[in-house]
Amino acid sequence: MDRPIRVLVAKPGLDGHDRGAKVIARALRDAGMEVIYTGLRQTPEQIVSAAIQEDVDVVAMSILSGAHNHLFPKVVELMKEEGADDVLIIGGGVIPDDDIPGLKEAGVAELFTPGTPTTDVIDFIKTNLKR
Amino acid sequence: MKLAERLLDGDRRACARLISMVENNDKEAIEIIKELYKHTGNAHVIGITGPPGGGKSTLTDKLAKALRKENKKVGIIAVDPTSPFTGGSILGDRVRMSDLALDSGVFIRSMGTRGHLGGLSKATQGAVKVLDIFGCDYIFIETVGVGQSEVDIVKTADTVVLIMVPGLGDDIQAIKAGTMEIGDIFAVNKSDLFGAPKTATEIKMMLDMNPNMERKPPVLQVIATKNEGMDNLVDEIKKHMSYMQEANKLQKRRESNAKTEIIKLAEEEIISLILRKNETMGLLDDIAKGVAMREIDPYSARDKILDSIKDITI
Repeated sequence: MDRPIRVLVAKPGLDGHDRGAKVIARALRDAGMEVIYTGLRQTPEQIVSAAIQEDVDVVAMSILSGAHNHLFPKVVELMKEEGADDVLIIGGGVIPDDDIPGLKEAGVAELFTPGTPTTDVIDFIKTNLKR
Repeated sequence: MKLAERLLDGDRRACARLISMVENNDKEAIEIIKELYKHTGNAHVIGITGPPGGGKSTLTDKLAKALRKENKKVGIIAVDPTSPFTGGSILGDRVRMSDLALDSGVFIRSMGTRGHLGGLSKATQGAVKVLDIFGCDYIFIETVGVGQSEVDIVKTADTVVLIMVPGLGDDIQAIKAGTMEIGDIFAVNKSDLFGAPKTATEIKMMLDMNPNMERKPPVLQVIATKNEGMDNLVDEIKKHMSYMQEANKLQKRRESNAKTEIIKLAEEEIISLILRKNETMGLLDDIAKGVAMREIDPYSARDKILDSIKDITI
Protein backbone atom coordinates (compact mmCIF):
# COMPACT_ATOMS: atom_id res chain seq x y z
CA MET A 1 0.00 0.00 0.00
CA ASP A 2 1.47 3.37 -0.96
CA ARG A 3 -0.77 5.45 1.29
CA PRO A 4 -0.50 5.65 5.06
CA ILE A 5 -3.13 3.88 7.14
CA ARG A 6 -5.32 6.48 8.89
CA VAL A 7 -6.41 5.70 12.43
CA LEU A 8 -8.70 7.66 14.75
CA VAL A 9 -7.62 7.18 18.36
CA ALA A 10 -10.47 8.18 20.64
CA LYS A 11 -11.35 8.19 24.32
CA PRO A 12 -15.10 7.72 24.74
CA GLY A 13 -16.69 8.05 28.14
CA LEU A 14 -15.81 10.03 31.19
CA ASP A 15 -12.51 8.66 32.49
CA GLY A 16 -9.50 10.90 32.10
CA HIS A 17 -6.85 8.20 31.79
CA ASP A 18 -5.32 8.76 28.41
CA ARG A 19 -1.84 7.32 28.95
CA GLY A 20 -2.79 4.10 27.17
CA ALA A 21 -4.37 5.93 24.25
CA LYS A 22 -1.28 8.13 23.90
CA VAL A 23 1.09 5.15 24.02
CA ILE A 24 -0.93 3.46 21.28
CA ALA A 25 -1.08 6.69 19.24
CA ARG A 26 2.68 7.02 19.46
CA ALA A 27 3.28 3.37 18.56
CA LEU A 28 1.02 3.61 15.52
CA ARG A 29 2.78 6.81 14.48
CA ASP A 30 6.13 5.04 14.68
CA ALA A 31 4.66 2.25 12.56
CA GLY A 32 4.10 4.82 9.80
CA MET A 33 0.40 5.46 10.33
CA GLU A 34 -1.43 8.80 10.38
CA VAL A 35 -3.04 8.99 13.80
CA ILE A 36 -5.84 11.45 14.41
CA TYR A 37 -6.13 11.98 18.14
CA THR A 38 -9.39 13.47 19.35
CA GLY A 39 -8.77 13.94 23.05
CA LEU A 40 -10.73 13.03 26.14
CA ARG A 41 -14.43 12.55 26.91
CA GLN A 42 -15.83 12.08 23.44
CA THR A 43 -19.39 10.95 22.87
CA PRO A 44 -19.98 8.13 20.36
CA GLU A 45 -21.57 10.72 18.08
CA GLN A 46 -18.45 12.92 18.16
CA ILE A 47 -16.21 9.93 17.45
CA VAL A 48 -18.28 8.79 14.48
CA SER A 49 -18.52 12.29 13.05
CA ALA A 50 -14.73 12.68 13.28
CA ALA A 51 -14.16 9.23 11.77
CA ILE A 52 -16.36 10.14 8.78
CA GLN A 53 -14.73 13.55 8.18
CA GLU A 54 -11.24 12.11 8.52
CA ASP A 55 -12.07 9.14 6.26
CA VAL A 56 -10.13 6.78 8.53
CA ASP A 57 -9.43 3.10 7.97
CA VAL A 58 -9.51 2.29 11.69
CA VAL A 59 -11.25 3.57 14.81
CA ALA A 60 -9.30 2.63 17.95
CA MET A 61 -10.98 3.39 21.27
CA SER A 62 -9.73 3.20 24.82
CA ILE A 63 -11.88 3.00 27.96
CA LEU A 64 -10.82 2.46 31.53
CA SER A 65 -14.02 3.41 33.28
CA GLY A 66 -16.06 0.24 32.71
CA ALA A 67 -18.50 1.79 30.24
CA HIS A 68 -17.19 -0.28 27.32
CA ASN A 69 -20.27 -2.51 27.03
CA HIS A 70 -22.38 0.56 26.37
CA LEU A 71 -20.06 2.83 24.38
CA PHE A 72 -18.15 0.47 22.05
CA PRO A 73 -21.29 -1.11 20.49
CA LYS A 74 -22.88 2.34 20.20
CA VAL A 75 -19.98 3.52 18.02
CA VAL A 76 -20.24 0.39 15.85
CA GLU A 77 -23.97 0.98 15.44
CA LEU A 78 -23.59 4.66 14.50
CA MET A 79 -20.82 3.83 12.01
CA LYS A 80 -23.16 1.32 10.36
CA GLU A 81 -25.91 3.94 10.20
CA GLU A 82 -23.50 6.22 8.35
CA GLY A 83 -22.76 3.43 5.90
CA ALA A 84 -19.17 3.27 7.09
CA ASP A 85 -19.00 -0.44 7.84
CA ASP A 86 -15.74 -0.75 5.92
CA VAL A 87 -13.94 0.81 8.89
CA LEU A 88 -12.12 -1.52 11.28
CA ILE A 89 -13.17 -0.87 14.88
CA ILE A 90 -10.99 -1.99 17.78
CA GLY A 91 -11.01 -1.32 21.51
CA GLY A 92 -8.69 -1.42 24.46
CA GLY A 93 -8.50 -0.77 28.16
CA VAL A 94 -9.53 -2.58 31.31
CA ILE A 95 -12.00 -5.00 29.72
CA PRO A 96 -12.96 -8.11 31.72
CA ASP A 97 -12.52 -11.39 29.79
CA ASP A 98 -16.20 -12.16 30.21
CA ASP A 99 -17.20 -9.04 28.27
CA ILE A 100 -15.02 -9.72 25.25
CA PRO A 101 -17.24 -12.25 23.37
CA GLY A 102 -20.24 -9.93 23.63
CA LEU A 103 -18.28 -6.95 22.33
CA LYS A 104 -16.93 -8.97 19.42
CA GLU A 105 -20.42 -10.09 18.59
CA ALA A 106 -21.47 -6.43 18.60
CA GLY A 107 -18.91 -5.71 15.89
CA VAL A 108 -15.74 -4.68 17.72
CA ALA A 109 -13.10 -6.55 15.73
CA GLU A 110 -10.62 -7.06 18.56
CA LEU A 111 -10.03 -6.01 22.17
CA PHE A 112 -6.64 -5.36 23.67
CA THR A 113 -6.29 -5.60 27.42
CA PRO A 114 -3.50 -4.31 29.72
CA GLY A 115 -0.08 -5.79 29.00
CA THR A 116 -0.65 -6.18 25.24
CA PRO A 117 2.55 -5.39 23.34
CA THR A 118 1.94 -2.49 20.96
CA THR A 119 3.28 -4.63 18.12
CA ASP A 120 0.22 -6.90 18.51
CA VAL A 121 -2.06 -3.92 17.85
CA ILE A 122 -0.01 -2.82 14.84
CA ASP A 123 0.02 -6.34 13.37
CA PHE A 124 -3.70 -6.74 13.93
CA ILE A 125 -4.46 -3.49 12.13
CA LYS A 126 -2.19 -4.31 9.21
CA THR A 127 -3.70 -7.77 8.65
CA ASN A 128 -7.35 -6.88 9.23
CA LEU A 129 -7.88 -3.64 7.30
CA LYS A 130 -11.16 -3.76 5.47
CA ARG A 131 -10.14 -1.57 2.57
CA MET B 1 -24.95 8.70 -7.26
CA LYS B 2 -21.49 9.55 -8.46
CA LEU B 3 -18.90 11.09 -6.15
CA ALA B 4 -18.97 14.39 -8.04
CA GLU B 5 -22.72 14.78 -7.69
CA ARG B 6 -22.65 13.73 -4.06
CA LEU B 7 -19.98 16.34 -3.33
CA LEU B 8 -22.01 19.08 -5.02
CA ASP B 9 -24.94 17.88 -2.98
CA GLY B 10 -23.00 18.47 0.25
CA ASP B 11 -22.50 14.77 1.11
CA ARG B 12 -19.94 14.55 3.94
CA ARG B 13 -18.67 11.08 3.15
CA ALA B 14 -18.10 12.03 -0.48
CA CYS B 15 -16.21 15.13 0.66
CA ALA B 16 -14.07 13.06 3.04
CA ARG B 17 -13.36 10.40 0.46
CA LEU B 18 -12.40 12.92 -2.22
CA ILE B 19 -9.94 14.65 0.10
CA SER B 20 -8.32 11.24 0.75
CA MET B 21 -8.15 10.60 -2.96
CA VAL B 22 -6.53 13.98 -3.57
CA GLU B 23 -4.03 13.23 -0.80
CA ASN B 24 -3.20 9.92 -2.44
CA ASN B 25 -2.79 11.55 -5.85
CA ASP B 26 -5.69 9.60 -7.32
CA LYS B 27 -6.39 10.29 -11.01
CA GLU B 28 -10.18 10.05 -10.61
CA ALA B 29 -10.14 12.80 -7.97
CA ILE B 30 -8.18 15.08 -10.30
CA GLU B 31 -10.76 14.46 -13.04
CA ILE B 32 -13.59 15.33 -10.64
CA ILE B 33 -11.89 18.56 -9.58
CA LYS B 34 -11.31 19.45 -13.22
CA GLU B 35 -14.99 18.91 -13.92
CA LEU B 36 -16.16 20.90 -10.90
CA TYR B 37 -13.53 23.64 -10.83
CA LYS B 38 -16.09 26.19 -12.02
CA HIS B 39 -17.87 25.70 -8.69
CA THR B 40 -14.86 26.94 -6.72
CA GLY B 41 -13.79 30.47 -5.85
CA ASN B 42 -16.76 31.26 -3.61
CA ALA B 43 -15.10 30.54 -0.30
CA HIS B 44 -12.99 33.01 1.65
CA VAL B 45 -9.79 31.06 2.32
CA ILE B 46 -8.11 32.08 5.56
CA GLY B 47 -4.67 30.92 6.63
CA ILE B 48 -3.97 30.58 10.33
CA THR B 49 -0.26 30.38 11.02
CA GLY B 50 2.15 30.91 13.88
CA PRO B 51 4.60 29.14 16.17
CA PRO B 52 3.92 25.69 17.69
CA GLY B 53 1.73 26.01 20.76
CA GLY B 54 0.75 29.56 19.82
CA GLY B 55 -2.95 28.72 19.89
CA LYS B 56 -3.73 28.16 16.20
CA SER B 57 -6.20 25.31 16.79
CA THR B 58 -7.96 27.02 19.70
CA LEU B 59 -8.23 30.24 17.76
CA THR B 60 -9.54 28.45 14.66
CA ASP B 61 -12.13 26.72 16.84
CA LYS B 62 -13.34 30.06 18.22
CA LEU B 63 -13.39 31.77 14.82
CA ALA B 64 -15.38 28.90 13.35
CA LYS B 65 -17.90 29.17 16.20
CA ALA B 66 -18.27 32.90 15.65
CA LEU B 67 -18.98 32.37 11.95
CA ARG B 68 -21.41 29.56 12.70
CA LYS B 69 -23.52 32.10 14.59
CA GLU B 70 -24.02 33.78 11.21
CA ASN B 71 -25.01 30.41 9.79
CA LYS B 72 -21.97 30.25 7.51
CA LYS B 73 -20.66 26.86 6.42
CA VAL B 74 -17.09 26.41 7.61
CA GLY B 75 -14.33 24.06 6.45
CA ILE B 76 -11.14 23.54 8.41
CA ILE B 77 -7.96 21.92 7.16
CA ALA B 78 -5.53 21.32 9.99
CA VAL B 79 -2.00 20.37 8.99
CA ASP B 80 0.43 18.67 11.36
CA PRO B 81 3.92 17.34 10.65
CA THR B 82 4.67 13.88 9.27
CA SER B 83 7.71 12.07 10.62
CA PRO B 84 10.55 12.15 8.10
CA PHE B 85 11.75 8.84 9.54
CA THR B 86 8.66 6.63 9.60
CA GLY B 87 6.09 8.50 7.51
CA GLY B 88 3.73 8.39 10.48
CA SER B 89 2.15 11.34 12.23
CA ILE B 90 0.02 12.41 15.16
CA LEU B 91 -2.66 14.78 13.96
CA GLY B 92 -3.88 16.39 17.16
CA ASP B 93 -5.59 19.61 16.14
CA ARG B 94 -9.07 18.18 16.61
CA VAL B 95 -8.46 18.01 20.37
CA ARG B 96 -9.14 21.78 20.56
CA MET B 97 -12.15 21.56 18.29
CA SER B 98 -14.21 18.74 19.76
CA ASP B 99 -17.36 20.85 20.18
CA LEU B 100 -17.42 21.41 16.43
CA ALA B 101 -17.50 17.68 15.65
CA LEU B 102 -21.28 17.51 15.90
CA ASP B 103 -22.03 20.69 13.99
CA SER B 104 -23.21 19.67 10.53
CA GLY B 105 -22.16 23.11 9.21
CA VAL B 106 -18.50 22.44 9.97
CA PHE B 107 -16.16 20.01 8.24
CA ILE B 108 -12.76 19.42 9.83
CA ARG B 109 -9.99 17.49 8.15
CA SER B 110 -6.54 16.74 9.57
CA MET B 111 -3.63 16.30 7.18
CA GLY B 112 -0.03 15.19 7.63
CA THR B 113 2.62 17.14 5.73
CA ARG B 114 3.82 13.85 4.14
CA GLY B 115 7.30 15.18 3.45
CA HIS B 116 6.26 18.58 2.15
CA LEU B 117 8.07 21.58 3.64
CA GLY B 118 6.71 25.11 3.84
CA GLY B 119 4.00 24.61 6.45
CA LEU B 120 1.36 22.84 4.36
CA SER B 121 0.99 19.44 2.73
CA LYS B 122 1.21 18.91 -1.00
CA ALA B 123 -2.50 18.12 -1.16
CA THR B 124 -3.70 21.12 0.87
CA GLN B 125 -4.66 23.14 -2.20
CA GLY B 126 -6.58 20.21 -3.61
CA ALA B 127 -8.42 19.77 -0.31
CA VAL B 128 -9.32 23.47 -0.31
CA LYS B 129 -10.93 23.03 -3.72
CA VAL B 130 -12.92 20.02 -2.51
CA LEU B 131 -14.23 22.00 0.48
CA ASP B 132 -15.02 24.95 -1.79
CA ILE B 133 -17.12 22.71 -4.09
CA PHE B 134 -18.66 21.15 -0.96
CA GLY B 135 -20.11 24.61 -0.36
CA CYS B 136 -18.06 26.13 2.46
CA ASP B 137 -18.34 29.91 2.84
CA TYR B 138 -15.13 30.07 4.86
CA ILE B 139 -12.20 27.68 4.72
CA PHE B 140 -9.55 27.87 7.42
CA ILE B 141 -6.16 26.37 6.77
CA GLU B 142 -4.23 25.83 9.95
CA THR B 143 -0.55 25.37 9.10
CA VAL B 144 1.93 23.32 11.05
CA GLY B 145 3.62 25.27 13.81
CA VAL B 146 5.99 27.50 11.87
CA GLY B 147 9.44 28.86 12.55
CA GLN B 148 10.89 31.65 10.47
CA SER B 149 10.52 30.66 6.85
CA GLU B 150 7.38 28.62 6.22
CA VAL B 151 5.45 30.92 3.96
CA ASP B 152 3.50 28.57 1.66
CA ILE B 153 0.27 29.71 3.25
CA VAL B 154 0.50 33.20 1.75
CA LYS B 155 0.41 31.58 -1.71
CA THR B 156 -2.71 29.60 -0.85
CA ALA B 157 -4.96 31.85 1.24
CA ASP B 158 -6.89 35.07 0.57
CA THR B 159 -6.16 36.30 4.09
CA VAL B 160 -3.34 35.26 6.41
CA VAL B 161 -3.74 35.63 10.16
CA LEU B 162 -0.34 35.43 11.82
CA ILE B 163 -0.54 34.44 15.45
CA MET B 164 2.20 35.61 17.78
CA VAL B 165 2.59 35.04 21.49
CA PRO B 166 4.48 37.08 24.10
CA GLY B 167 7.93 36.07 25.20
CA LEU B 168 9.41 34.54 22.07
CA GLY B 169 12.08 37.10 21.45
CA ASP B 170 13.02 40.73 21.24
CA ASP B 171 12.25 43.36 18.61
CA ILE B 172 14.99 42.06 16.32
CA GLN B 173 12.92 38.92 15.82
CA ALA B 174 10.08 41.13 14.64
CA ILE B 175 12.06 42.74 11.83
CA LYS B 176 13.50 39.53 10.43
CA ALA B 177 12.48 38.38 6.98
CA GLY B 178 10.19 35.42 6.42
CA THR B 179 6.98 34.62 8.25
CA MET B 180 6.82 38.07 9.85
CA GLU B 181 6.22 39.48 6.37
CA ILE B 182 3.18 37.41 5.45
CA GLY B 183 0.55 38.49 7.97
CA ASP B 184 -2.49 40.38 6.66
CA ILE B 185 -3.65 40.47 10.27
CA PHE B 186 -1.52 39.96 13.37
CA ALA B 187 -3.10 38.42 16.45
CA VAL B 188 -1.08 38.45 19.67
CA ASN B 189 -2.63 35.49 21.44
CA LYS B 190 -2.35 34.64 25.15
CA SER B 191 -2.54 38.36 25.83
CA ASP B 192 -3.15 37.67 29.50
CA LEU B 193 0.52 36.71 29.72
CA PHE B 194 3.24 39.15 30.73
CA GLY B 195 4.75 41.07 27.82
CA ALA B 196 1.77 40.97 25.45
CA PRO B 197 1.47 44.76 24.95
CA LYS B 198 5.23 44.91 24.30
CA THR B 199 4.98 42.17 21.67
CA ALA B 200 2.09 44.02 20.01
CA THR B 201 4.08 47.27 20.02
CA GLU B 202 7.12 45.60 18.50
CA ILE B 203 5.01 44.21 15.67
CA LYS B 204 3.46 47.65 15.09
CA MET B 205 6.90 49.26 15.01
CA MET B 206 8.05 46.65 12.52
CA LEU B 207 5.07 47.46 10.32
CA ASP B 208 5.72 51.22 10.64
CA MET B 209 9.16 50.74 9.15
CA ASN B 210 7.66 49.87 5.80
CA PRO B 211 6.50 53.13 4.24
CA ASN B 212 5.40 51.50 0.97
CA MET B 213 2.67 49.43 2.53
CA GLU B 214 -0.69 50.21 0.91
CA ARG B 215 -2.58 48.71 3.80
CA LYS B 216 -1.16 48.45 7.27
CA PRO B 217 -2.06 45.08 8.84
CA PRO B 218 -3.96 45.48 12.11
CA VAL B 219 -2.37 44.12 15.28
CA LEU B 220 -4.88 42.68 17.76
CA GLN B 221 -4.46 41.34 21.25
CA VAL B 222 -6.59 38.27 21.86
CA ILE B 223 -7.06 35.43 24.36
CA ALA B 224 -8.43 32.50 22.36
CA THR B 225 -9.09 30.21 25.34
CA LYS B 226 -11.30 32.86 26.92
CA ASN B 227 -12.88 33.83 23.61
CA GLU B 228 -11.64 37.41 24.09
CA GLY B 229 -11.10 39.55 21.02
CA MET B 230 -12.61 36.99 18.63
CA ASP B 231 -15.38 39.26 17.34
CA ASN B 232 -12.77 41.89 16.53
CA LEU B 233 -10.69 39.34 14.71
CA VAL B 234 -13.66 38.11 12.66
CA ASP B 235 -14.38 41.76 11.75
CA GLU B 236 -10.81 42.33 10.64
CA ILE B 237 -10.86 39.14 8.54
CA LYS B 238 -13.99 40.34 6.76
CA LYS B 239 -12.59 43.86 6.41
CA HIS B 240 -9.51 42.44 4.75
CA MET B 241 -11.68 40.64 2.20
CA SER B 242 -13.68 43.83 1.45
CA TYR B 243 -10.45 45.79 1.10
CA MET B 244 -9.11 43.25 -1.38
CA GLN B 245 -12.31 43.27 -3.39
CA GLU B 246 -12.58 47.05 -3.48
CA ALA B 247 -8.95 47.62 -4.40
CA ASN B 248 -9.12 44.87 -7.04
CA LYS B 249 -6.51 43.03 -5.02
CA LEU B 250 -8.38 39.76 -4.66
CA GLN B 251 -8.20 38.98 -8.36
CA LYS B 252 -4.49 39.90 -8.40
CA ARG B 253 -3.70 37.78 -5.37
CA ARG B 254 -5.58 34.80 -6.75
CA GLU B 255 -3.80 35.20 -10.07
CA SER B 256 -0.44 35.25 -8.39
CA ASN B 257 -1.38 32.25 -6.23
CA ALA B 258 -2.58 30.39 -9.32
CA LYS B 259 0.74 31.08 -11.00
CA THR B 260 2.60 29.55 -8.08
CA GLU B 261 0.28 26.57 -8.07
CA ILE B 262 0.64 25.93 -11.80
CA ILE B 263 4.43 26.07 -11.59
CA LYS B 264 4.37 23.69 -8.65
CA LEU B 265 2.08 21.24 -10.43
CA ALA B 266 4.22 21.39 -13.56
CA GLU B 267 7.34 20.84 -11.48
CA GLU B 268 5.80 17.76 -9.83
CA GLU B 269 4.76 16.38 -13.20
CA ILE B 270 8.20 16.87 -14.73
CA ILE B 271 9.87 15.20 -11.76
CA SER B 272 7.48 12.27 -11.92
CA LEU B 273 8.09 11.93 -15.67
CA ILE B 274 11.84 11.85 -15.11
CA LEU B 275 11.51 9.27 -12.36
CA ARG B 276 9.13 7.11 -14.39
CA LYS B 277 11.42 7.28 -17.39
CA ASN B 278 14.30 6.31 -15.11
CA GLU B 279 12.40 3.25 -13.92
CA THR B 280 12.09 1.93 -17.44
CA MET B 281 15.30 3.20 -19.02
CA GLY B 282 17.65 3.85 -16.11
CA LEU B 283 18.80 7.06 -17.79
CA LEU B 284 18.96 9.11 -14.60
CA ASP B 285 21.06 6.48 -12.83
CA ASP B 286 23.45 6.31 -15.78
CA ILE B 287 23.87 10.06 -16.06
CA ALA B 288 24.26 10.41 -12.30
CA LYS B 289 27.07 7.90 -12.44
CA GLY B 290 28.65 9.90 -15.22
CA VAL B 291 28.42 13.12 -13.20
CA ALA B 292 30.02 11.46 -10.18
CA MET B 293 32.85 10.10 -12.37
CA ARG B 294 33.36 13.59 -13.83
CA GLU B 295 32.54 12.29 -17.32
CA ILE B 296 29.76 14.84 -17.73
CA ASP B 297 28.87 18.04 -15.82
CA PRO B 298 25.51 18.37 -14.03
CA TYR B 299 24.29 21.14 -16.32
CA SER B 300 24.73 19.12 -19.49
CA ALA B 301 23.22 16.18 -17.60
CA ARG B 302 20.15 18.31 -16.94
CA ASP B 303 19.82 19.14 -20.63
CA LYS B 304 20.06 15.47 -21.50
CA ILE B 305 17.39 14.48 -18.96
CA LEU B 306 14.99 17.19 -20.09
CA ASP B 307 15.60 16.17 -23.67
CA SER B 308 14.66 12.58 -22.82
CA ILE B 309 11.16 13.49 -21.62
CA LYS B 310 10.48 16.09 -24.29
CA ASP B 311 8.32 13.87 -26.45
CA ILE B 312 6.30 12.19 -23.70
CA THR B 313 2.66 13.20 -23.65
CA ILE B 314 1.04 13.50 -20.26
